[in-house]
Amino acid sequence: MFAIRYTAVLVLVVAALVGVFVWKTNAPDSYFAFKLGLDLSGGTHLVYNADTTKVPAAQVAESMAALQTVIERRVNAFGVGEPVVQTEQSGALGNGAYRLIVELPGVSDVNEAIAMIGQTPLLEFKLVKQGELTTLPDVSINKAAFEDTGLTGAYLSSAALQFGNGTGVATMPTVLINFNAEGTRLFADITSKNIGRELAIFLDGTMLSAPVIQDSITNGSAVVSGNFTAQSAKELVTNLNLGALPVPIALASTQTIGATLGEEATRAGVFAGVLGFLALSLFMILWYRLPGLVAVVSLFIYCLLMLALFKLIPVVLTAAGIAGFILSVGLAVDANVLIAERIKEELADGKKTNEAIREGFARAWLAIRDSNIAHIIAAVILFWFGTALIKGFALVFGLGVIISMLSAISISRTFLLALGVSAEKGVGRFLMLSGLYK
Amino acid sequence: MDISKNLKYFFILPAILSVLSIFALVSFGLKPGIDLVGGSMLQVSYPEGRPPVEQVRALVETLQFGEIRVQPTGDNAYLLRQRDLSNEEKNQLEAVLGGLGPVHEDQFTSVGPTLGAELMRKAWIAIVLVVLSIIFFIAFAFRRVSGESEKEKGTVSSWKYGVVAVITLLHDILVPAGLFAFLGFVNGAEVDALFIVALLTILGISINDTIVIFDRIRENLRLNSERHKHEEFESVVGRSITQTLARSISTSLTVVIVLLALYFVGPIATKDFALTLIVGMVAGTYSSIFLASPMLVAWQRLSSKKN
Repeated sequence: MFAIRYTAVLVLVVAALVGVFVWKTNAPDSYFAFKLGLDLSGGTHLVYNADTTKVPAAQVAESMAALQTVIERRVNAFGVGEPVVQTEQSGALGNGAYRLIVELPGVSDVNEAIAMIGQTPLLEFKLVKQGELTTLPDVSINKAAFEDTGLTGAYLSSAALQFGNGTGVATMPTVLINFNAEGTRLFADITSKNIGRELAIFLDGTMLSAPVIQDSITNGSAVVSGNFTAQSAKELVTNLNLGALPVPIALASTQTIGATLGEEATRAGVFAGVLGFLALSLFMILWYRLPGLVAVVSLFIYCLLMLALFKLIPVVLTAAGIAGFILSVGLAVDANVLIAERIKEELADGKKTNEAIREGFARAWLAIRDSNIAHIIAAVILFWFGTALIKGFALVFGLGVIISMLSAISISRTFLLALGVSAEKGVGRFLMLSGLYK
Repeated sequence: MDISKNLKYFFILPAILSVLSIFALVSFGLKPGIDLVGGSMLQVSYPEGRPPVEQVRALVETLQFGEIRVQPTGDNAYLLRQRDLSNEEKNQLEAVLGGLGPVHEDQFTSVGPTLGAELMRKAWIAIVLVVLSIIFFIAFAFRRVSGESEKEKGTVSSWKYGVVAVITLLHDILVPAGLFAFLGFVNGAEVDALFIVALLTILGISINDTIVIFDRIRENLRLNSERHKHEEFESVVGRSITQTLARSISTSLTVVIVLLALYFVGPIATKDFALTLIVGMVAGTYSSIFLASPMLVAWQRLSSKKN
């Protein structure tokens, strides 16, 4: 008797600690704050179809990884908190198509984001007009000083990092550009006709350098020098090589949710959860009396455990996930109902209270296990099924089923035995029975 | 509960609801949401009060984006549903809407047709998988019964329990599906991925009520045969229903209570989801009592007549 009471007190203490953890880590800047999905926090979810038809099959995975890196860099430049960039294959059951998913929390103006993601670094070669100075700081703004040559990064076949060979110090990092056949012809044409002039090289509208053309270059390679550090030169090489994205992408789906709408949904979800819990508690206590009260306490502990798990795993909460959690709360008492009904039957059979409780739990266990197997099957298939929306629901639902099974069996049992109410007569009997029994 | 006298009345409600649901499904059909077939949805609010709906409709017509359905929502917002839009097209649409007063974009979703088709295909596969695993689960749950109940004269062999359970499940998802076909006809309700999730969840939950009753029937049959007691099959079924009634109703009630909270005060995004589940739960509870068990009795009567 004392051992079980100690256990009960221990359970309460642990539950209180879990409760404190859940409560104390709610500040938005806390490491363990709830992670809200875009539909609750507001933001933009973009799905791009990646066209891998022109990529050799062996290189698809590599190209997709490269694509992810490029897009990640662009998205990071956008300055959004915790952006998510991932690639996925629609799986054997889809058509095997690859896609790119970009999540931008807090961004509700999607125009800029789409423009940013779709952008390719633009490398341009422009001739400097006679008599114009190229050393002025605002030189790149003075468009009139330059003459388009038609040669751009589109004619690039590859770029490589090298040191020296440029016009500067021998150890300075420079970028070696190799043009494709058409680019080579164009470059040879430009250089042969304009010997002695400066050829300015622009990246995204900013002039990198303007070397003087010494001779006609027919081998199709050019060296770009600027004030590169090894790092910036390397980045430029990567950007140029991926310039036209390694895999062309097309926007397939957009979802934008305003922050206010997300807040409303969160508030409504929390309110529904609290209201549902209170209504459920009222029903359980009125109908099942003492076992009902115990069920409510263990249900409350169940909720705390779930919330703590959401923070620890962490689970990204969505409206569907909250719905799954609320549903799991309703299902979690299922086990307690089974147990209370069984205890009632055992008592009716004339068993002593403690014996009835132990027997009731033991007999109810099979039914609880069977019913939860069906729920877990459904959750696993739903999780596999897929989209982020459904995964969120399935994960919460599946977790809920497993945790509730454990909490109903162990926590409720401990409390009921620890209370040690005798159901033989009087108030005790009233408390242990349920429904319309007196 | 006296099943033998009231057998035919038991089937009335499930039969009427099934017929109505099939009628609604056949004549109206389900309207798939944009996440399943592609399309777009734009919600805009007019903080200074929304212009009349006719005005909005007339204005968006001029864009020639095909059919645009305009629906008032909330206090000062509109929902516009149309084919999937590119970003430029969405900007045009918003510019036009902005002509009627300061406008704020609350949310926008656009799904391309291929993405929708893929989700639809996945949905079908998930449905088939869940149904198959439920059938395996039933076979597993009833593995102990075969042979044992055969000894008892006039009882039902185990595979019949399985068939009856599956028919009951069909009924349980037919009712919410029929309701949404009807709602789709009345106010354009669409079924999205969450609706399919709800149906699959109903399958997982409502199989339990049926299994619990069947379990009791088997347990009582076994006890009878151990005690060499003769009892009519229908009276065993009736007794089993009575024994599990409180449990069945209570467990469904607890779920329905929280779902009602979700439906009435929860996020708009999960309102239809909650409704589907509520209807499915209620259908699942009464069908296990008023459809599954009477069906067993009726089947048993039919086969004993033949003998």
